[in-house]
Amino acid sequence: MSTSQGWDADRGLARIQELERLPGALLPILHALQDEFGYVDKAAIPLVASALNLSHAEVHGVVSFYHDFRHDPAGRHVLKLCRAEACQSMGCEKMIRHVENRLGVKLGATTEDRSFTVEAVYCLGNCALSPAVMLDGKLYGRVSSDVADFLIDDAKRHS
Amino acid sequence: MSSKIYVPGDAAALSVGAEAVAKAMAEQIAYRRLDASVVRNGSRGMFWLEPLVEIETSRGRIAYGPVTAEQVPGLFDAGFLDAKPHRLHLGVTEEIPYLKKQERLTFARCGITDPLSLSDYVGHGGYRGLERALTLTPQAIVEEVTNSGLRGRGGAGFPTGIKWRTVLNTAADQKYIVCNADEGDSGTYADRMIMEGDPFVLIEGMTIAGFAVGATSGYIYLRSEYPHAFRQLQRAIAIAYDKGYLGENVAGSGKRFDLEPRMGAGAYICGEETSLLESLEGKRGQIRFKPPLPAIKGLFGQPTVVNNVISLATVPIILDKGAHYYRDFGMGKSRGTLTIQLAGNIKYGGLVEKAFGLTLREAIYDFGGGTASGRPLRAVQAGGPLGAYFPESLLDTPLDYEAFAERKGMLGHGGIVVFDDTVDLAHQARFAMEFCAVESCGKCTPCRVGSTRGVEVIDKIVANQDRVKNLELLGDLCEVLTDGSLCALGGLIPFPVQSAIRHFPEDFDKPAPPPSAYRPNQTQETQSWR
Repeated sequence: MSTSQGWDADRGLARIQELERLPGALLPILHALQDEFGYVDKAAIPLVASALNLSHAEVHGVVSFYHDFRHDPAGRHVLKLCRAEACQSMGCEKMIRHVENRLGVKLGATTEDRSFTVEAVYCLGNCALSPAVMLDGKLYGRVSSDVADFLIDDAKRHS
Repeated sequence: MSSKIYVPGDAAALSVGAEAVAKAMAEQIAYRRLDASVVRNGSRGMFWLEPLVEIETSRGRIAYGPVTAEQVPGLFDAGFLDAKPHRLHLGVTEEIPYLKKQERLTFARCGITDPLSLSDYVGHGGYRGLERALTLTPQAIVEEVTNSGLRGRGGAGFPTGIKWRTVLNTAADQKYIVCNADEGDSGTYADRMIMEGDPFVLIEGMTIAGFAVGATSGYIYLRSEYPHAFRQLQRAIAIAYDKGYLGENVAGSGKRFDLEPRMGAGAYICGEETSLLESLEGKRGQIRFKPPLPAIKGLFGQPTVVNNVISLATVPIILDKGAHYYRDFGMGKSRGTLTIQLAGNIKYGGLVEKAFGLTLREAIYDFGGGTASGRPLRAVQAGGPLGAYFPESLLDTPLDYEAFAERKGMLGHGGIVVFDDTVDLAHQARFAMEFCAVESCGKCTPCRVGSTRGVEVIDKIVANQDRVKNLELLGDLCEVLTDGSLCALGGLIPFPVQSAIRHFPEDFDKPAPPPSAYRPNQTQETQSWR
């Protein structure tokens, strides 16, 4: 999902210019930058600020407010694990601990080999098929520890 | 005759393999040189049967499920195109009791039509509401919605018509319709289902709202956790523009309505309407003081209708069939239908659209079949993370806004999360505070700081440190949160906490566990882990 090719000012500026005229353009721009680079690079902040006539602090404040925007490149695969109530009622905490142990990282971190970023998420809207996870933007339901293992193995094979 | 095979393209169905099933179907059709096509419909909302495959016959649609890709060749061998028997054969879809017992008004088309076929939409009663609205004055449209008794389905239950009237009566050069599609409550997925399964009904509802209040521009603020719904909305909106149902001359009326989907960025608080507006404007999603109400000063300072997806998607049928048709469903001050979402530890989880008044017990047992684990039910949380935990003894509460409020609970967006007897309510209370700490926008001190203190106090209670004193302190803290927070997050987070203490005191009164045994979450040390 995340390309993580590293920041490139020209490509970044091009994405900013495509969207800067939208009313309330900041979130669409930040999403576009994250889509392009896998995260929002610090170097993008002054460019965005100048395009939208905002202060650096205002832009930084928005980037840091929202859980979605990453400050560093993500791993090759992003695994979001739901830990909201419906998934808890079906034992997601146990599955999450299993995934953390398996990959050797806590929620919110990226594995050393940069293959996986594991994140907590609060509800993926799949609450009748709990526990739910999202791997690289794709939703999965009834994810036991075994299914999680299968998803991880499968992603590893395809990267 | 060409056969039609329906394989849902709904995200939940895809999450259990519907894409592979659709692919296998297409392969079999090609391999066997059959005259058949695969339609990607929305979900019927019976998720334990997903992927639910249907085949069109003269007797109506026949269902098979849950189907795996491996079973597809066998289905063809058994002659499922002619609705022949098979182990997965479920009979006529509409006759399945779960569906038959429902009153589907808002979800009338969901799972039946091809969500991206405008002709399918119109062929199944779509755009009749708009057609009628175009013959009415703005005042008369607002009157119709007011008389229907429709209340905001997002959770607060505020009368939709009253909101519209305020915007209609506020003069401005530019007004907006904003759809709140930030469906963040755990246990809810009705918004997602309708946006994926019948997106034109939302587009039609927003267009009618625009004509009613004099707004020419609309936004759908969708949570980023729903990328599939976002793509579906983008496609549906592009089709509506292409066919003249959006843009400068909607359906040949000479009236303008523009619509754009916008993606949130993973902040629960942006489901609160003023935070949502801040976010749409490109700012931090911090809540605003009210007044001024968004109906008077909303998006970019202009009069704005902010309604939930289900509220707006219900407007077309109200306009089409009339206010009285809709208000004849329901009880007391809760009129029409509620889209109940059965979730969590439940055998038959899914969407149940039913007139207000069904009891929790009927929803959970008559529809849901009890717990998925087969263990005894212990607690039910309705209304999302800010809703109360109810014990078995409150299951006869009718699903009605006022009945829930009387029992210090909240019906909210209609999500019902079931827990079996393995649940620890002290853990759930702690989670509520932890969630509030993660998702607080930071504006009000009680919510920003109090939630973290709440986690600590609950940890002390569980560890049996000055238990009596700390329970009292937690009570005080909840009072401060209720009284000192501007919005529902800080204001209502005491609901799950206090209901857990009230109804399940034994979970807060256990001997202290050894330090190594109690491991709430490994996330205690920091909140920046998300």
